[in-house]
Amino acid sequence: MKVAISASEPGMSASVDPRFGRAHCFVVIDLESGALATSDNTISQSAAHGAGIQAAKTVVEAGARTVITGKVGPKALAALQAAHVDVYQCSGGTVQQAVERWWKGSLTKVTAATV
Amino acid sequence: MRIAVASGKGGAGKTTIATSLAVIAAERGLTTTFLDCDVEEPNGHLFLHPALCQKQVVNVPVPQLDEKTCRDHGVCGRCGQACHFSAIVCLGDVVVVNPDLCHGCGACILACPANALKEVPHRTGVVESGQAGALRFAQGLLDVGQAMASPVIRRVKEWGAQEVPAGLTIVDAPPGTACPTVEAVRGSDFVLLVVEATPFGLHDAALAADTLEALGVRAAAVLNRVDRFVEAGRGITEFGGAILRGTMPVLARIPADRQVAEAYARGQMPIGVVPRFRQAMERLLTRLLEVARREAA
Repeated sequence: MKVAISASEPGMSASVDPRFGRAHCFVVIDLESGALATSDNTISQSAAHGAGIQAAKTVVEAGARTVITGKVGPKALAALQAAHVDVYQCSGGTVQQAVERWWKGSLTKVTAATV
Repeated sequence: MRIAVASGKGGAGKTTIATSLAVIAAERGLTTTFLDCDVEEPNGHLFLHPALCQKQVVNVPVPQLDEKTCRDHGVCGRCGQACHFSAIVCLGDVVVVNPDLCHGCGACILACPANALKEVPHRTGVVESGQAGALRFAQGLLDVGQAMASPVIRRVKEWGAQEVPAGLTIVDAPPGTACPTVEAVRGSDFVLLVVEATPFGLHDAALAADTLEALGVRAAAVLNRVDRFVEAGRGITEFGGAILRGTMPVLARIPADRQVAEAYARGQMPIGVVPRFRQAMERLLTRLLEVARREAA
């Protein structure tokens, strides 16, 4: 089971990037092995259109089944839902704090676009 | 001869000048066509009052997926790799199509080895056409919520291309430097760049001038709404770019004029109520046609 968190830089102490589509990168945590990886998102960041969909592709390709992020747009959410990825909303804090809050069940699952 | 009227910044006076030039050209006996290619907000009709008798729907061909055929061939994902606009994307074993992002290029159809995709029409807007007095008139209207303006603009231009050889076509282009502007000016013999004489207007005009240069389209500028700030030379030197570097000729300087603004706000053509503005437009058209014919020759 892998979780992807939109982040401003790699690592557990990075702050959560409030944007999904145009996030700087995604920190991807493998909950079974504890392995940490980073998926670059610069292609989406500079895209004129379709950034959210590209970002969805990035996290799906990284193997994530759960995404923790700030705000997610309608096209990105539809793409993530089609790929059976759950999205949880988290404002502020570090990647570490976001994962802990999600694990405790205190983050809200996103069912409608938030931008 | 096709002349596009463009601007960097919106609200520079593009439509006021384009409609004025078209009406005066028609008065002079030129067979004149007015094409409103500012398809996100066409407003030439507010001044020209055309009788729009024809309406044509504009469709973009977008991919439709046969999921079973795709799955049977293992969801290879080549369609998504072929698309540069994320209009079709392969997420693991799911293919997602976003018609609103599709440019209708057909690359995904060609890339699919399983023939699991076919093209279906997706409506983006309409082209309305008819007659406004002596003017032939057409305008594009992009549907609300649609992002793809270029196909609508292309269809307006196609309508206008059914023209009489000696005629003049005035294209009212969308402001800016992006795809819709490029599509509107493409194929024009000459471009008149309407420059709002403010720092903001000059800054954006410089970007538009660079775009036209990159496209290899010959152009001249008209400085609009010139006031004392500009007359004193401030702003232009700082922001004027190509215009002030001397690579783009300035055909006229139209002063800021409250009466012109008032006429416009009432929905009247300023050339009909402000004689000094009519004279300025008369002179501008004469110079524009001279320069454009010389450059096109």
